[in-house]
Amino acid sequence: MSLTASDIARIASLARLQLAPDESERMRGQINGFFDLVERMRAVDTNGVEPLAHPVATIQDVTLRLADDIVSEPNNREANQRSAPAVENGLFLVPKVIE
Amino acid sequence: MSAELHKMGVTELATALRERKVSAVEAARHQLDRISQHKDLGAFVAVDEELTLAQARAADEKLAAGNAAALTGVPIAHKDIFVTTGLPTSAGSQILAGYRSPFDATVVRRLAEAGAVTLGKLSCDEFAMGSSNENVAVPAVGFDEAVPVRNPWDRDRIPGGSSGGSAAAVAARLAPAATGTDTGGSIRQPASFCGVTGIKPTYGRASRYGMVAFASSLDQAGPMARSAEDCALLLSAMCGPDPDRDSTSLDRPAEDFSRRLGDSLEGLRIGVPKEFLGDGVAPGVRAVVEAALAEYEKLGARRVEITLPRTELSIPVYYIIAAAEASSNLSRFDGVKFGHRAKDYRDLADMYAKTREEGFGDEVKRRIMIGTYVLSHGYYDAYYLQAQKVRRMIADDFQQAFKQCDLIAGPAAPTVAWKLGEHGGDPVADYLADIFTLPGSLAGLPGMSIPAGFDGGMPVGVQLLGNYCEEARLLNAAHRFQQATDWHQRAPEGY
Repeated sequence: MSLTASDIARIASLARLQLAPDESERMRGQINGFFDLVERMRAVDTNGVEPLAHPVATIQDVTLRLADDIVSEPNNREANQRSAPAVENGLFLVPKVIE
Repeated sequence: MSAELHKMGVTELATALRERKVSAVEAARHQLDRISQHKDLGAFVAVDEELTLAQARAADEKLAAGNAAALTGVPIAHKDIFVTTGLPTSAGSQILAGYRSPFDATVVRRLAEAGAVTLGKLSCDEFAMGSSNENVAVPAVGFDEAVPVRNPWDRDRIPGGSSGGSAAAVAARLAPAATGTDTGGSIRQPASFCGVTGIKPTYGRASRYGMVAFASSLDQAGPMARSAEDCALLLSAMCGPDPDRDSTSLDRPAEDFSRRLGDSLEGLRIGVPKEFLGDGVAPGVRAVVEAALAEYEKLGARRVEITLPRTELSIPVYYIIAAAEASSNLSRFDGVKFGHRAKDYRDLADMYAKTREEGFGDEVKRRIMIGTYVLSHGYYDAYYLQAQKVRRMIADDFQQAFKQCDLIAGPAAPTVAWKLGEHGGDPVADYLADIFTLPGSLAGLPGMSIPAGFDGGMPVGVQLLGNYCEEARLLNAAHRFQQATDWHQRAPEGY
């Protein structure tokens, strides 16, 4: 398997990354180098093996924890927006989405 | 006393503080001066002397009133992957440059509650993605641009990564201890490369709340210090359930990890995986590991040969799972709620793509790309799901091995720290060097690295791995070794 330039462009678009042309080409070589390592993993017979999504599953039952339905957080808007790139009247500003 | 303060470890310093032989302000001032004196190492990315000294004064009041907790007045520093209200948090990334968190990470809060004073934030690879600390993208204190952290044992070498600033700071005695995080070896490998002691607990022991997320099923926090005894004290303060804040926090109460430090090692079965001492290991590293095993036999332990047959497979398995989780976690960096935003853009999608292109470094982009690909339609089963299945097999291999032994020992890394730039931007060379720390990470096991000797003047760590929740036993084995040897007390020349 070898990724082509158009594969890289498709993945970059899915990942919301605007790669420069030389960067795309360099990355293609590096990613293909990595996938050479992956071929051996693909060849492993994993029939009947349960995927392990989470190491905790080997120790205890993983159950989705539910929080009590109560107000626990105070209003912290100012601190939460302190590092935002653009804020107005307590709202996060983004470019216009709907004309 | 003051001239020697940096030579004291956490336990010794905590005792001296409680006995009022030294004040928290003196200790903090002394370390701040050392941080300033050795800023050329590039270990720190944020320091606020006023904040540190204010915390130290508060600690002195507690000490004077006799209200000291386990770490009251002990100065420590945090890897810049933990969010802090008092200091900026960048996770080594331009996309978070200057970010101020509205809350403290649970680990930071717990250490503060135990009385620790914060010296500052430590350099790390961007989003903890790296094995050399060369992937840092934000300036260190005293620099105008991003610089790699230097190894105090040889300033032309890397300190390891991703907790490279933490390891270098502890080795250079800029702090008696530091926090680190370990996703695929990021505590154990830099600890080995810098000659310090570090432990990654069982996955789920320390809360991930407020740790900037890289790979959520792997990320774990742990301490780095100069001895197992100090690590035990710090780890006890750091760990404990956090069910309201971390959905994968273990349902295990906080523990006193120091309780078994003095236990005898008589009859302890130490498993040595044959895959960990193969041809890929530098002869000098192998010699150090063999000597450490011989020392353990003198202490009453028994060596058992074991096998972890899928050790090599852990590299592709890890780099697929970690990249997949990273691509998902890092989708939050979109230039809307925090961090960098590109200046010129056509529309929202263009803003995302440009912001992320400008804000992320090369390694981060590579992992996002790999992760996006292995999760994408048509490739999920072949890569991501297959990796999770082999992950199960790797975890099962450990359980087979633990039927024959109590602990597993081997090198933390195949070599000593390499020269800055030596891997020449070849990411696969970095990935291959993680081979001995990745299996334990994938299984979620506790692991540590302890100084055990030198190869060509550079420190070599022995890695110890235990079964789930066996941290106290690991620390016991490490402590007894450190009582019988003095490798952990060696300091690099000039520090």
